[in-house]
Amino acid sequence: MLADPNMQWIFLGCTLLGLSSGVIGCFSYLRKQSLMGDTLAHAALPGICIAFMLTGIKSIGLFLIGAGIAGIIATFGIGYITRNSKLKQDAAMGIVLSAFFGLGIVLLTLIQHGSYGNQAGLDKFLFGQAASMIASDVITMTVVCISLITVCTLLFKQFKIISFDPGFARGIGYPVAFLEQLLMLLIVVAVVAGIQAVGVVLVAALLITPAVSARYWTDRLGLMVVLSGLFGAVSGAIGTWISASVSNLPTGPVTVLAATLLFVVSILFGPQRGLVAKRLLRKSVKQRYHRENELQLEGSVKKEAAL
Amino acid sequence: MSDFWILLTGALVASCCGVLGVFLVLRKMAMIGDAISHSVMPGIVIAFLLSGSRDSLLMMFAALLCGLLTTFLIQMFQQSGIQSDASIGVVFTALFAIGVVLVSLYARQVHLDQDAILYGEIAYVHWNIWELGGVNMGPKAVWLLGTTLLIISTVIGLFYKQFKLCAFDPALAAAIGIPVALFHYLLMGLVSMATVSSFESVGAILVVGLLIIPASTAYLLTDRLGLMIALSVAVGVASTFLGYGAAVLLDASIAGCMVCAAGFLFILAFLFSPSQGIIIKKLRIRKLA
Repeated sequence: MLADPNMQWIFLGCTLLGLSSGVIGCFSYLRKQSLMGDTLAHAALPGICIAFMLTGIKSIGLFLIGAGIAGIIATFGIGYITRNSKLKQDAAMGIVLSAFFGLGIVLLTLIQHGSYGNQAGLDKFLFGQAASMIASDVITMTVVCISLITVCTLLFKQFKIISFDPGFARGIGYPVAFLEQLLMLLIVVAVVAGIQAVGVVLVAALLITPAVSARYWTDRLGLMVVLSGLFGAVSGAIGTWISASVSNLPTGPVTVLAATLLFVVSILFGPQRGLVAKRLLRKSVKQRYHRENELQLEGSVKKEAAL
Repeated sequence: MSDFWILLTGALVASCCGVLGVFLVLRKMAMIGDAISHSVMPGIVIAFLLSGSRDSLLMMFAALLCGLLTTFLIQMFQQSGIQSDASIGVVFTALFAIGVVLVSLYARQVHLDQDAILYGEIAYVHWNIWELGGVNMGPKAVWLLGTTLLIISTVIGLFYKQFKLCAFDPALAAAIGIPVALFHYLLMGLVSMATVSSFESVGAILVVGLLIIPASTAYLLTDRLGLMIALSVAVGVASTFLGYGAAVLLDASIAGCMVCAAGFLFILAFLFSPSQGIIIKKLRIRKLA
């Protein structure tokens, strides 16, 4: 299967996609915004539909713009609702997510029933079909992913500080609001880049799952970012490979399942937080406690005997 | 006649979701509702593969199991130190992915495709008729949803006081001896039931719109729980009617239009609610100044 040059490109693209989403996912996990990715992905659907209705062209570049605008509107909507009413953030996210997705589905059916030529395959955006990508899509995706990784590398220090201590970052004079918006924009871009390969419904998992898995292995942000990128890349590669070799299998769910498998491995075998490590630690502590207890008991018995 | 059945089905979905949504919004668990509505998928598909029919008790049971499993897993991961939103994200995407993979793999045997999962088939509700001894009893979906609504209102009605206390002050509820965890799981079980009975009509993802949006709209309009439940149901039913009208006019997805109508009503409440609306608040400030 990998002999096909087009497929090689797609494979490379999806691997890079997993890598970049994994890297950005770390920051959104640490900033407690994991579900933001999910909301943004669902909100991107009407943006994609409107971009298609206006231009009639299926190109990932145009969709990026449409989905990006929709994502930014969604972010502001959530912020606005949370600030100006007694609703909490989760309800605001739920409202924006479902209302935008509902609108997207309405537009999608309008496109399907309307007189737009060349609309076949637009519904592939729901669950993703990497094999349907053409060379220019893959190139756009690759460029986007590489630039995401570059921005994250260049601004690593800044993102690290605003993830852990935004107050301190403001104190030493970083433009925190700007950096936060930039990070949000990067999440939007990562989500949108992934939509064609993984689909709107599940692309959020690429942001969340690798980051959570990586958190199980380390306490250092640098290593966590590398590991999370690696997990993402591996899941992207496995997902593309399996879905391309089995017919009628969308890429998104397979990629997500690969990521989940890595998560399960991490939660079991992570060196300090993993369930197995915890069980072993508990056992050794218990044994030590019993041993000390016995020693103490012996000691007190001896003391009593001496008395 | 088909219009009548579609509207009745929509109204029943909105009522089931409206009642439960209130408790989700009050307990700040709106996203858990979203997660459950996604993660009942594998349960539905597996039950469907086993029984071969769409309207079995088995399906309801499997979905219930999945919903409770989701709640349990989310809780477990949270306790093992993962942030709550991340654990929600990990669990529901994984379960939903399993469901979609199963559907795609057995697409030929199963009379259930990806479109049905996403959009629902409320337009075909009146084709699937329940016949009892040769007598036409009306669409199956209406009976299923009616039963679910009955169960939900019975449970909530019986334990209204307990649910109310758990929603506003779980610590106090625990202190006076109410089994908070039990009521948490009971609520989640009801949400899974509502999701799975509505799923056929409005699709897995739009259920969450009808769970959260009408309840949030009602939350902006009142400060009393009883009234909030009534308003939430009313807003839900109103958005079904508006949505169906819009869908007929535009020739678009009915379920999508219903959620859009709910969103529209939310915006109206957000702007013009007598106590909370931003425009009303601005006017009041201007009057004072």
